[in-house]
Amino acid sequence: MTGWLATILVVLPFAGALVVWLLPLNRFAAGSLALLVALAEVAFWINALTRMDFDRAGSTPNFDQHATWFSDLHVSYHVGFYAFSFWLAGLAVVVMAAAIAYAFWAGRERARAYFGLMLFLTGAVVGVFAAQDLLLFYVFFEAMLIPLYVLIGVWGGPGRLGATVKFVIYTMAGSLLMLAAVIVYGLSRGTFDLIQMAPSGSHWLFLGFAIAFAVKAPLFPLHGWLPDAYRESPPEVAAVLSGVVSKAAIFGFIRICFGKFPGPFDDFRVWILALAVAGLVYGSLLAFRAPDVRGVIAYSSLSQMGLITIGVFAGNAAGFSGAILQSVNHGLITATLFLLAGAIERRLATGEFARLGGMARGRPALATVLMATGVIALAVPGSSAFAGEFLILAGIFSTGWGWTLAGATGIVLAAMYMLRLISAVLHEQPGRAVSEGVLDLRPAELGILASLVGCLLALSAWPAAISGHSFERSADTPVLQELVR
Amino acid sequence: MIHTPSVDWFALSPSLAALAAGGLCLLVAVLTPRWLLRPLAAFTCALGCLGAVVAAALLYWRSADPQGVIADAVSRDRLAALAQIIVAGSGLLAVGISYSSRTRQEHVGEYYALLATAVGGMAFLVSANNLMTLFLGLEWFSVCLYVLCAVEIDVVASLESGLKYLIVGGVGSAVLLFGSALIYGSTGELGFRAIADATRAQHLEGDALLLVGLAMLLAGLAFKASAAPFHMWTPDVYEGAPSPVTAFMSAATKTVALVLAMRVLTVAFPEKEQLWTVAVAVLVCASLAVGNLAALVQRRVKRLLAYSSISHAGFMLIAIAAGNQLGGKALLYYLVPYSAASLGAFAVVAARERELDAAVTLDNLAGFGWERPLLGVAMFSFMLGFAGFPLTGGFVGKFYVFSAAYERGWTWLVIVGVVATLVSLYYYLAVIRAMYMRPAAELGLLAPIGGAPPREIMLTASVFVALVVNVGAFFAVQPIVDLAKNAAASIPL
Repeated sequence: MTGWLATILVVLPFAGALVVWLLPLNRFAAGSLALLVALAEVAFWINALTRMDFDRAGSTPNFDQHATWFSDLHVSYHVGFYAFSFWLAGLAVVVMAAAIAYAFWAGRERARAYFGLMLFLTGAVVGVFAAQDLLLFYVFFEAMLIPLYVLIGVWGGPGRLGATVKFVIYTMAGSLLMLAAVIVYGLSRGTFDLIQMAPSGSHWLFLGFAIAFAVKAPLFPLHGWLPDAYRESPPEVAAVLSGVVSKAAIFGFIRICFGKFPGPFDDFRVWILALAVAGLVYGSLLAFRAPDVRGVIAYSSLSQMGLITIGVFAGNAAGFSGAILQSVNHGLITATLFLLAGAIERRLATGEFARLGGMARGRPALATVLMATGVIALAVPGSSAFAGEFLILAGIFSTGWGWTLAGATGIVLAAMYMLRLISAVLHEQPGRAVSEGVLDLRPAELGILASLVGCLLALSAWPAAISGHSFERSADTPVLQELVR
Repeated sequence: MIHTPSVDWFALSPSLAALAAGGLCLLVAVLTPRWLLRPLAAFTCALGCLGAVVAAALLYWRSADPQGVIADAVSRDRLAALAQIIVAGSGLLAVGISYSSRTRQEHVGEYYALLATAVGGMAFLVSANNLMTLFLGLEWFSVCLYVLCAVEIDVVASLESGLKYLIVGGVGSAVLLFGSALIYGSTGELGFRAIADATRAQHLEGDALLLVGLAMLLAGLAFKASAAPFHMWTPDVYEGAPSPVTAFMSAATKTVALVLAMRVLTVAFPEKEQLWTVAVAVLVCASLAVGNLAALVQRRVKRLLAYSSISHAGFMLIAIAAGNQLGGKALLYYLVPYSAASLGAFAVVAARERELDAAVTLDNLAGFGWERPLLGVAMFSFMLGFAGFPLTGGFVGKFYVFSAAYERGWTWLVIVGVVATLVSLYYYLAVIRAMYMRPAAELGLLAPIGGAPPREIMLTASVFVALVVNVGAFFAVQPIVDLAKNAAASIPL
């Protein structure tokens, strides 16, 4: 079975989606079936984790599986996991399971369509991390967009139509350029197999890929779609969008931009770092000024993605490991925060700070979860986010101390907006929207959020689980060299 | 005594099957009682199309070596056979889409007779091997379509559509015929291969007469394929014609015009390759620009789809412009999911039309996806297919077409195609948005008719088949590409 694990992880959610769509289930049955599939997916991932060979040498990734799709252009179905992509896939399955559980609990209209799309999205995201064929990667990368478009467009807030148009046009503009790059690169190499493709030195191709990922992340100044999409989505979709989908960009930066274009990666490094720092500072400032809960989380995502990008484009082992660790951290944190925002909006019908406040009194569970997540998010020493950010800053230090300083500024700003969020929601005088009867987190909500926070705490205890098992096999960095083949 | 060539009846069998069905439909129209007329005529027509599909499949199987038959007037090869399968399959689906339309009862027999005859003409045209059979086939199916467009004689739009198509199509045919005459005048030959040989033997590469003839021939075919700048008739005709006819036209006419264009250009004018590839590339850019930009502002779905079909003519012409083996494969692959999606999309429009008894706009499509789940999901997949999203054959089609352009060394054409795709997203997603994301109540436009929507088993089945082909083409790329590869091997690319 070990050989099939990657395929199972990719196909199971799609199969689940088909079943949910086709069977005439009622709302409860559709939701529980979807949750069951999502949990099975987590179980398979854990199973794969126990069988994962982190010290795997040689040319193939773990759980490598290969089948020809169309032979004349040498395109194949080829999946497998590197250690770093495996962690990202783990983040995806955990956050998706939490999101599906939350949606099940919150009760969404047209449940079969909704849960089918969520499972479809799970499959597409895992597929992105597993794909070892360039065209297959593109297929999954695009396929993520279909469910997201519908999930936001149908179940989103009042401004959803404008938000979806912006979201789709931005992302597709990037990914269609990538399609042109995929075709040119693949045909010029005579194969689309990522493992066999020789690296290229073309600046244009590099930009074709990098821009697509920069939109998806998003990287300043390509983040125009972000505030609307994050505000108008249902909370669990926003959680997935910022927590998981954005990591596809990080994966792409590492697997393709670094792995296949080492020369251009170095040539454009400073430019992209500059954009990432700009995004980090700009996002933090906007988060500090945002008038509502989701605004803070949305812009904090922009700034965090900037930080992670700094780690990637540091271009050394510490930076890469830090980027992966921080990706997982940020995914868990932002998912928790968006689900909390959903819980708050559900109770108060608003997320505006002007009408919030004083929610800590009499609502210990809500206060504890928000406090714990917020404290981890602002990277207090001892937290997993601290470990991730430290590694990123250590990685970039070899490029220049100025970059580290800029990154550290971002972390200070993170403390500012996170504390503002916490105090505006939990402390101060009770806001106009907050009445005595507003309930604390219900057991189901608490269960979902606690498991996400539990993952964060576990990582805080042992961040090296990820940072030490992503790229480093020895003092040298063979995985990174393996990527650049 | 007149010398008569030996006739390879097998090579003509797809045409003959459809033509026989056409004749039978006419008999049915006068001989059967009224209550039996509609089912029997439709059944006869469907049988004819099915026969044509089977015959074409056999022909494909038994024609590994391309050869000219019947005094070299008809080519018996896999290219023709594959195109015949697509055309006759489109005809079959068109029967299903037409079945429950509210055509006037007394014309039902003639309607199906014309449809079957049009399929026969198209099947004949794609196997044309000289300029005479080309023109004969072209007029054969065009005349049928002129009448089919105007078949709803109570509806002014339908009459207008028929008339417009007749006049503009007539101009197109005249241009093509004149071009053929010039080519004949220059080379003294009618057969495609003979033209190429004569050009080479008599050193006519720079002959002005031949060049003008080639340009006019290309323009005539561009009329039929509705490629810009010869597209003016398309939106009006597509909008006015009865939706099942539009569905058939958009899939089948485009197939034959493009396949024939590829055959003529590569077989008869290999010496002029440098010239016509550029000319076709110009058509590509014009079609992509006109089709996509004009579609952005459409509110009526049929018009929108008409402009979309212009832009798809552009995408498929990229494959011809590439002028290489990969391009031939790309065109033939692209045609399969495109035909399915096009037929299916117009079928869904037809279903909504029958439900509302009004022209379908983006506004009155609101809520449709939730009311009719199968049709809604199918339409969703057709739109994604048109836009070139993964999980539909449209994605692989675009991938192949762009690959062909790159292989020719025209990366700029890839970029043009990619930008056009990006623009097209806006209006394809607008259809999805209209179907799923705007509740009918919110717009307050739709007067409820009462009762369940009409049950249209034949139409639903056709849409389902189109959906299966559209999605299946994404997963089963290899078999279709193998078919396309063998077909493209029968012309000298």
